[in-house]
Amino acid sequence: MSDVVEKTLTALPGLFDSQTGAAKITNRLRQLVKSITELTSKHEEENLIKQELCAMKEQVSSPNTSMKQMREIMVRAMYCEMLGYDASFTYIHAIKLAQQGGVLEKRVGYLAVSLFLNEGHELLLLLVNTVLKDLQSTNLIEACMALTVVAQVFPKDMIPAVLPLVEDKLSHPKEIIRRKAVLALYKFYLIAPNQVQHIHGKFRKALSDRDPGVMASSLHIYLQLIRESPDSYKDLTGSFVTILKQVLGGKLPVDFNYHSVPAPWLQIQLLRILSLLGKEDQSTSELMYEVLDESLRRAEMNHNITYAILYECVKAVYTIHPKVELLEKAARCIGNFVLSPKINLKYLGLKALTYVVQHDAKLALQHQMTIIECLDHSDFTIKRETLELLFRITNAQNVTVIVEKMLDFLRGCNDEHTIIHLVGKVSELAEKFAPDNSWFIQTMNCVFSIGGDLLQQDVPNNFLRLLAEGSESKEEDDQLRLYAVESYLTVLKGHTSHLPQCFLQVMSWVLGEYAHLQGSVDRREVIRLLTQLLDQRSVSSETRVWILSALTKIPEGQTDLILHLAERLSSSQDTVLRQQAQELLHLSQDSQLHEWVLPRGAPWDAIEVDSSLSFLDGFVSEALAAGAAPYKPPHQRQEELCEDRALNLEPYSFSLPVSLSSCSITDRQSPTLLSVSSGLSGNSTELSQKAGSSTLILEGVKRVWGKDGYLPQKEATAPLVDEPSAAVQPPVQQEAAERTEPRPELSTRNQDKQQLASSLFVGLGVGSSVSLLGRSEAPPPRFRKKPRPHESSSSGTSEKSSGSSCRSSHHTTDIFLYGSFLEEEPATSKSAFDHTPKSTTANGLSQNKDTKEDKHANTSQIFGGDMVIVRPSTIQDKHPPSESSDLTALLPADLKDLPHSDVISLTSDPSLSLSSCRLFRDEALLLLIFISNCTETVIKDVAVQLTCEELKTASLRGNIVDCLEARSTSVCHYALLMDDPHTNVSFTGTVSYQTQPGHTNTLPFSGTLSTADFIRPLVLTTEEYGKLWLSLSHDVKQNLKLLTDAGDPLRTTLNALKDALQLHVVDIIGSEGIVACRLLSGAPCLLHCRVSGAALVMWLRSPHPALPDCILYHCQRALAHR
Amino acid sequence: MQFMLLFSRQGKLRLQKWYVALSDTQKKKISREVIQIVLARKPKMCSFLEWRDLKIVYKRYASLYFCCAVEDQENELITLEIIHRYVELLDKYFGSVCELDIIFNFEKAYYILDEFILGGEAQETSKKNVLKAIEQADMLQEEAETPRSVLEEIGLT
Repeated sequence: MSDVVEKTLTALPGLFDSQTGAAKITNRLRQLVKSITELTSKHEEENLIKQELCAMKEQVSSPNTSMKQMREIMVRAMYCEMLGYDASFTYIHAIKLAQQGGVLEKRVGYLAVSLFLNEGHELLLLLVNTVLKDLQSTNLIEACMALTVVAQVFPKDMIPAVLPLVEDKLSHPKEIIRRKAVLALYKFYLIAPNQVQHIHGKFRKALSDRDPGVMASSLHIYLQLIRESPDSYKDLTGSFVTILKQVLGGKLPVDFNYHSVPAPWLQIQLLRILSLLGKEDQSTSELMYEVLDESLRRAEMNHNITYAILYECVKAVYTIHPKVELLEKAARCIGNFVLSPKINLKYLGLKALTYVVQHDAKLALQHQMTIIECLDHSDFTIKRETLELLFRITNAQNVTVIVEKMLDFLRGCNDEHTIIHLVGKVSELAEKFAPDNSWFIQTMNCVFSIGGDLLQQDVPNNFLRLLAEGSESKEEDDQLRLYAVESYLTVLKGHTSHLPQCFLQVMSWVLGEYAHLQGSVDRREVIRLLTQLLDQRSVSSETRVWILSALTKIPEGQTDLILHLAERLSSSQDTVLRQQAQELLHLSQDSQLHEWVLPRGAPWDAIEVDSSLSFLDGFVSEALAAGAAPYKPPHQRQEELCEDRALNLEPYSFSLPVSLSSCSITDRQSPTLLSVSSGLSGNSTELSQKAGSSTLILEGVKRVWGKDGYLPQKEATAPLVDEPSAAVQPPVQQEAAERTEPRPELSTRNQDKQQLASSLFVGLGVGSSVSLLGRSEAPPPRFRKKPRPHESSSSGTSEKSSGSSCRSSHHTTDIFLYGSFLEEEPATSKSAFDHTPKSTTANGLSQNKDTKEDKHANTSQIFGGDMVIVRPSTIQDKHPPSESSDLTALLPADLKDLPHSDVISLTSDPSLSLSSCRLFRDEALLLLIFISNCTETVIKDVAVQLTCEELKTASLRGNIVDCLEARSTSVCHYALLMDDPHTNVSFTGTVSYQTQPGHTNTLPFSGTLSTADFIRPLVLTTEEYGKLWLSLSHDVKQNLKLLTDAGDPLRTTLNALKDALQLHVVDIIGSEGIVACRLLSGAPCLLHCRVSGAALVMWLRSPHPALPDCILYHCQRALAHR
Repeated sequence: MQFMLLFSRQGKLRLQKWYVALSDTQKKKISREVIQIVLARKPKMCSFLEWRDLKIVYKRYASLYFCCAVEDQENELITLEIIHRYVELLDKYFGSVCELDIIFNFEKAYYILDEFILGGEAQETSKKNVLKAIEQADMLQEEAETPRSVLEEIGLT
């Protein structure tokens, strides 16, 4: 304890007597603190605290302890926990104190809870009732405390319990309550965005709250919302601008001032929101130019807070659609930062520059000397930020200097996180801008030896891929490979014991693959060097596997060495090594087999990797038939574990063995080409778990499977640019030299700096190639990567691999859909078209992706059969056919019986009017678009184009009409599917048509669809339901409103839901009901409803993570709207 | 904001507030690490440093270090001013605050922090409003205290 504290402690009694109320402390705590300060060793402190905790334990379990004493114990427990001692026995008492105490105890109890328990703690469940009670309390303080604790520790699954009450608080008369409620909802939004989506409207009310504190709190939510979808909030731009203007104009109460700057936190929040709204949007940006200008102008005072605002302002100016004047002003501001003697401002200036040079690299030139000084700064933080800045301005001309600086920094750095981060950047730069092979290989050697085993796996992966895939010119590739081989041989001849495993692995792979390119070196020498590594103790077993596979590739004729090695290793303890040694032995004896397994110089992409592991299907189905549990990925298992721990109070928890035997296998797509590698290595997949199976895929270059499963591969960052570099070198160097010239009398030290500057900033002054407003064009990368034809099948992320199986299932759905359409064909179309061949629709579908010209050319023959042109006699009068009754009459006879929505008018112009109607088919949502000609003339070449990213078009018909007679209506069918549930999706589209030949008009339209349109009943028996329930992993639980207006409330409510959402009510037993539905693409969702008091407790489960939330949302709406 | 730590020059923790859910062992490890790094910095160095994927913003007031960990994109200067505003609030509440006030009344320091920052975001930046809320709670506390102790004397002792 510090001397100061000790001195003051002696004067304690006086000190505390003189202070009133606020400084009143409990005697026991005072004693405890005091006795701790008197101790001399850590050991004594431990003993004392142990004693204290023992005494406390006794006290809390004694029935005679009063609430007041308990409060005092809790304070001491908090103190002990802060010192790092475990006082977990008091946790339950903290909850009790919050529950049973008066306001005073509650305050301490809640504080203790928020300090002791984090979101995952199971004891929190016991707090729910207390919080509910306090939220309803008329006592302001109690409500405040409850809101505070809710915003601090409530986990996702407890939110539904308090959500309605917190929501109510948004309209509480006291602003402090409203403010806390808004922040609690903000926190909920961060944890579980779906659960609060129905209150977005109320957020708007909070934004226009008369209390500035509430309004400022709502901005936290808006910042988050706008970050996720800026387009949905463009309409608020005006409001945000007005608020900022008012703040700047000093319209807020003076207490919001901070060092005489009006509400700086509010300003910064608004600037962030505006920059998100104005990004890549000229018209929105124009709304805010004026206020940004004013912001820049007002922030003149020399105080940290004004700089904080300026920084945000500069960022906003450079993020939104550019305006030259503002950019100039912002650039001047950055000067103030960078040139400031205050180190904090300098740091922020560098950070601002780092951001700004991405838009305008020339700005770095103005501050080059400052940057150079910062590069040698004694403060690690400043240095690192400077390197970040240099990274952004690197080009082909200054890359060597900058990389050298970065490597220098790395050599003196021992912070793991920084090393990983910077080494990744160095390798990125090296790959993009390397001037020659030797520099590239040398730099990568540094990267591997400095970064070592901290490196992200994608660095060595990318490097090896680059070597293996090569560029267009084989000669250049071979040179690079040759250089790498030579360089590695040199490295291996030196000391190797300190080299990181990752570097050894890279080297052995390269040597195995390309040592044959080097004619002058004896193969035996290569083998000797690699074998030597095997003997080293520091080499890990994974690396040994790499080395052995390298050796497997080299031998040819060196049988004696190999035989010797293989024999030696065949008695190894390590089973993987032993297996490899056996393989090596066999391959070296059978050169034909060797040639077949390891074809020399085969292009990398000729090797097909069976990423779906379809060759294991047989094995899997056997195992499942024998009663094995279906495979679940680790994350899902983990989730289930958590769920079991958190909430397992409900029925359905007796675990029956579930067998989902066929479903997981049948729809998996087998690759057409059975791969060499998968065929061969089938057996070793099981054996090599320990070695991370690196041996298997060496042929395939990329590591697809790693220790933690499938390794996502980062895509090549370097863009493919074919034309030669736009930047011309000589004039640039001249320019840089000119810049440095006018300062003749510089000390040598300064001259050094000047020189450094000219080498660092070379290439930035090329005014012509760097546009002021846009990013500078990326120079062509040194190592161009080949386009990758097998992208989706071989290098995808895990998502992609699962995608392949999805695709196949969609494919089958498509076929299914055509099938059913065609069966109905005769009924839909006029008799004249009955002969339509079956392939027509299929053609039509693929045709949709072709260019419009093609469509037009083929229209008559392809779409002729599908067109339904109707000339209803009812619509002969002048009114455009917008009335729904008229249009439903146009529904094809077979579709008339299907459940359908009302006809809604989409859009219209003087010639055409568009309406839509949704038909709920079993396999898809049919969206019918009625195109009505409102004129007295014929309209030609009508083409409908509909786009929606979230939806999939399974089939379409009638989207092109050659000729639409006067006053007639044509119907266009879209069969839509939703793969991933979204609560609402909007579609947009255009209709193009010609009223006069050669004159094409377009009419845009848009509309929304909801998940509810894509939900169908799922018919199940109660037993099937029970089984399925157990196998589903994602669940959500929430209380809903119970409809009590008639008879049996449960039945009434479920029927209401059934009507609104097309659910299937499986069974109703007493106060519980089970309901099932499915999304069109197949994912089921099971709902379990139980009446509890006046609420309906709904528990939803589905294999799809987002589906329960979506359905819940629609259930809520359906019940709210009744 | 991810967390806030107050610690003395000797590295003793005086206050800790976590806005992310972490286990106790993680919290201990992180605070040990952060305290060590911050204490090793020289006085003239800048108040920010990169740590893991976060930014640490710290400032020393007399013998006490105030230290916040914020997300990487956050504005460091405004975080520094958040710390300063918190110190102002403490100062106003305790009347020229010193480390001892915070040691002995750490729960008060937490109450003030909870009124100022909620869920990791600035809740109320008006000094007057924050102190008003605290005073209201304190007043109730004192009211509650008197009758209760009387009751206790009658009923329990």
